[in-house]
Amino acid sequence: MEIPLIVGGGLVVIGVGIGIGQIGKGAMEAIGRQPDASGKISTNALILAALVEGIGFAALFAL
Amino acid sequence: MEKLIEEFSIGLFFWQTVIFVLLIFLLKKYAWGPILKAVNDREQGIKDALQSAELAKEEMESLKADNDKIMKQARVDRDSLLKEARDLKNSIVSQAKDEAKFEAQKIIESANEAIKNEKNAAVTDIKKQVASLSIEIAEKLLKEKLSDDNKQMQIVEELLKDVKLK
Amino acid sequence: MKPAKFFILFFIFSSLSLYSFASNKNLGESEDIKSEIKKYIKHHLKDSHSFYLTSFTNNDTGKKTYIEIPMPVILYDNGFKFFMSSDFKHGKEIVIDNETYYRMNYDNNKIYKTNSDGLINISNEGKVLNEKPLDFSITKNIATILLVSILMFFLFVSLAKSYRTNNGVSKGIGRFFEPIILFIRDDIAIPNIGLKKYKNYMSFLLTVFFFVWFLNMLGLTPLGVNVTGNIAVTFSLALLTFLITNLTANKNYWGHIFWMPGVPVAIKIVLAPIEFLGVFIKPFSLLIRLYANIQAGHIVLYSLIGLMFIFKAWIGSSLSFFLAFFIAIIEILVALLQAYIFTMLSALYFGFAVEDHSEAH
Repeated sequence: MEIPLIVGGGLVVIGVGIGIGQIGKGAMEAIGRQPDASGKISTNALILAALVEGIGFAALFAL
Repeated sequence: MEKLIEEFSIGLFFWQTVIFVLLIFLLKKYAWGPILKAVNDREQGIKDALQSAELAKEEMESLKADNDKIMKQARVDRDSLLKEARDLKNSIVSQAKDEAKFEAQKIIESANEAIKNEKNAAVTDIKKQVASLSIEIAEKLLKEKLSDDNKQMQIVEELLKDVKLK
Repeated sequence: MKPAKFFILFFIFSSLSLYSFASNKNLGESEDIKSEIKKYIKHHLKDSHSFYLTSFTNNDTGKKTYIEIPMPVILYDNGFKFFMSSDFKHGKEIVIDNETYYRMNYDNNKIYKTNSDGLINISNEGKVLNEKPLDFSITKNIATILLVSILMFFLFVSLAKSYRTNNGVSKGIGRFFEPIILFIRDDIAIPNIGLKKYKNYMSFLLTVFFFVWFLNMLGLTPLGVNVTGNIAVTFSLALLTFLITNLTANKNYWGHIFWMPGVPVAIKIVLAPIEFLGVFIKPFSLLIRLYANIQAGHIVLYSLIGLMFIFKAWIGSSLSFFLAFFIAIIEILVALLQAYIFTMLSALYFGFAVEDHSEAH
């Protein structure tokens, strides 16, 4: 049985969603622990989220 | 991916790039440059103003410290002056007291001396008067006693009785 | 007017453009409406050769009338050719110029060369096989880009002038934009690029931020433009980031790509191609991110507005109205966020390119 490509796309989206969720969680916890460093933390979190998202895009557009 | 490439429009890409690059250069020259410069100048101005304010504050502080020092000095001076004055007063008063006491003593002493002298003089006078009085009395007595010859003889005799020939 | 009120009006107007077509439909045939909405959304997401405002169908004659602003068409096909987009009559007419025939395919808004019958060959996979002339037309998106560029120019030049005339203090609308400019300088450029070199990149970062933001916001208006959700526009923006990054890069940057310091030789050899690929993936993800976010936002928003006309019961329609309203608010946030992320990541890549000390990696 052939699995349609869109299933792979769905899996990618799930993976990326979990990944970005984890980054967000980590960032929020870090800010909770150290509110002073919130600027630096959110910058780094954004960059990481962007990287994960990039992987997601790469996979999705390879469909 | 294929869909994306299919959708890609060269004309749009071309115009977008041209317009955007032009916009960057135009805005750089007429907007961002002056804006950033103005903001920088303003920030520099604020920084300078703050710095000079800080400097003024420091100066004020040092002035105030100077003032405090002067005030303190003045207070110390005043205190010492007051103390000196008090001491002087005390010394003057005590000196005056001493002098007064001494003077009083002297007066009393001289008074005592005078009294003593007066007393002596009085006693001497009295003694003199008593002597002359007693002499007078004796004279009168003698005159009385020797008024008749009998009695003169009696005394002579009596006197002669005491006298023994040796 | 308060922002909230303004926004509600704004939203209602943007729903109206969809309503204008839906109201003329026979609401009994829901399948028909579905396909109509699908077509409408698909059409909206694409660039167009005319500025579509609204359209209505005459119920008696069944003739569709479009209200739109025609745009000039510029083709390069053995020399430049100019005519107005209204000549196409929405793909119904063939334009003849120097014995070459052009026809617009209304499904994807592209102009194709045809034979004298105006035949468009479509393959089994749905691809158009006709030859395409190079199309430099002033399309709806290009007109919008021009409009935004002119708006930005006058806005920021007036802000710059207000500093000069007002003793170094901004005045008027500049008061709103000045903190944003400062934010880009202090929170995006300086931390990522460094104090020494950030000035060289400020013009690009500021321009790109406001350009993307304004276009994103304009995409949410009833004008119905979808500029930043177009791959060619985001490609152009990302290409500029790519070019600036690599043209201003110092030795250190290339050293990090091809011969990563501080790792064993075997890993260096493995890392080099990955890092080299990363040079292209970084701007690529930049262009895809902006494109996908705006595109997806438009699809969701328009679908939800369209849903109002599919639901016949009032409860479903009002529910989808509130959902659409909610998404519209989120989209306003996304418009700003995507502009911020684009600027932020561009600054980050520039920062990588000009990083001085090697221990910072």
